[in-house]
Amino acid sequence: MGPFVPEFISDQLNLIVALLIGIAFGFVLEQAGFSSSRRLAGVFYGYDFTVLRVFFTAAVTAMSGSLLLAYFGYLDLQSIYVNPTWLMPAIVGGVIMGFGFIIGGYCPGTSVCAAAIGKIDAMFFVGGGILGVFAFGELYPLYHTFYESTALGPIKVFDSLGISQGLFAFLLIAIAVGAFTITTVIEKKANKSSAPSLEFKPLKHKIAGAGIIMLGVVFIFMSSRQAHLTEKVKSASYGASHKVKIMSPDELAYRIIDKESSVQVVDMRMPEQFATLALPGSVNVQIKDLFGKELTPILSDRRVVKVVIGQNEEESKTAALLLQELGYENVAMLQGGLENFQRTILMPTIASTGSRWDTDVNTFRANASITISQMIADAKNRQPKVAKQEKKIQGGC
Amino acid sequence: MKTKYMNPYLAGFFLGLVLLAAIFITGRGLGASGAIKSIVVATVDGVAPAHAEQSSFYGSYVGAGKDNPLKSWIVFEVAGVLIGGFLSGLISGRLKFVSEGGPRISVKSRWIFAAIGGALFGIGAQFARGCTSGAALTGMAVLSTAGFITMMAIFGSGYMIAYFFRKLWI
Repeated sequence: MGPFVPEFISDQLNLIVALLIGIAFGFVLEQAGFSSSRRLAGVFYGYDFTVLRVFFTAAVTAMSGSLLLAYFGYLDLQSIYVNPTWLMPAIVGGVIMGFGFIIGGYCPGTSVCAAAIGKIDAMFFVGGGILGVFAFGELYPLYHTFYESTALGPIKVFDSLGISQGLFAFLLIAIAVGAFTITTVIEKKANKSSAPSLEFKPLKHKIAGAGIIMLGVVFIFMSSRQAHLTEKVKSASYGASHKVKIMSPDELAYRIIDKESSVQVVDMRMPEQFATLALPGSVNVQIKDLFGKELTPILSDRRVVKVVIGQNEEESKTAALLLQELGYENVAMLQGGLENFQRTILMPTIASTGSRWDTDVNTFRANASITISQMIADAKNRQPKVAKQEKKIQGGC
Repeated sequence: MKTKYMNPYLAGFFLGLVLLAAIFITGRGLGASGAIKSIVVATVDGVAPAHAEQSSFYGSYVGAGKDNPLKSWIVFEVAGVLIGGFLSGLISGRLKFVSEGGPRISVKSRWIFAAIGGALFGIGAQFARGCTSGAALTGMAVLSTAGFITMMAIFGSGYMIAYFFRKLWI
């Protein structure tokens, strides 16, 4: 599951990846005509809307791609870098950049690209950019407070607007297609002739536009992968047709006491419940964690049986089925959930029955109760394990 | 030589794929202004290390235990942009030392305005934590609120002042 940094791509390799991505970026920018300041400025005067077209198409493509990859479980959206919002600095900075765009005719990325093919004005722009950042750095104490003000963190735009992610995606696509249509008309008027010749025929543009709007509609109705799969495994028919291995409390108790390394208890209860009582060596996992990539190393070891426990039978089964649906192998559920484990192992009621077998079971349970209770107490006294060592991806400019 | 640019929607689609690849593989998007900042930080650190370390702006990027600011993702990416842009210009026959501008402006004035514009972009990109690529485009793709605000601020102010600077372009 992507992104592959930092687990699969080292810092060194990442620099090579950066170079390759940069080459592709520069190549596409140049092919799009972004190495021409006159073309870039055209978006503000109505004679050339190339910038708007390329820019919006790129944003829509990347957004749609991310949402689809996330839906099918190939990309962990929680792990990618989301530019944090500093509200007022973002507005002021954007306004200053708008001046820079009109006056300079480039933005930093396009100026580098244009300088690469010999545009002298672009080289002046890059030089100016360096001086600008230097001036900003030298005078930094003057506006330091403002620079750090209105920090809202890595908030998402659909949350800010109070709508769903899918609806926002659709609106963005609709606005983009609407803007493409309107600007084509404006461009024709500004140039007093037909719009600059495009390789695509108008019909192809219409088909592409209709296609992307349909994708937008799909986004509206596309629930999150988490909601979809959780709903799916809860249904009665799914439960009937999908089997999950069952582990009895006695077996689990035996393997815990034996400190078997081939068992991993996955506790799917609420963190508060987990804080009150946690089985030795267990990890507390919330459903949303299963859709990230942080737990992949723990869950994907096939030699280890993942014993899923919920509070009761129902919860344990749903969670175990979800793990299987996500493609994890060697999953088992704890029979009757933690309730049952407490009843039979931790606080066993020793019934005085006759058979030899029952006596043995009772003896085992009585001993297990003492041993495991002791293990739980020891674990509590020990320094709490650092749950997740998050290695956050750095990003931004 | 008459050169032809790619269909803008197709180019946008490819640009989107590049951005998606960056997000999918590295978990971060594209950028540009960050490299300019790295160059400035590295230069200041090279010329006046004591000044750089004391500064609250440069200070967080330099000093003991910090990598050279030039050995960063964004610098390598922008180095790639230079190469990629050059290759594209090469195969499309657009390599030429030339300045571009509106019909009513001299080349010298165009250079001065380009430098001023660059400086403004450099300053603005610091406040907004990124430029058109890093803050606006990437921010929009990952649905960051900041991305949309920055994008609207850039183009909004651009349209509002375009009239007053029309002599530069038309």
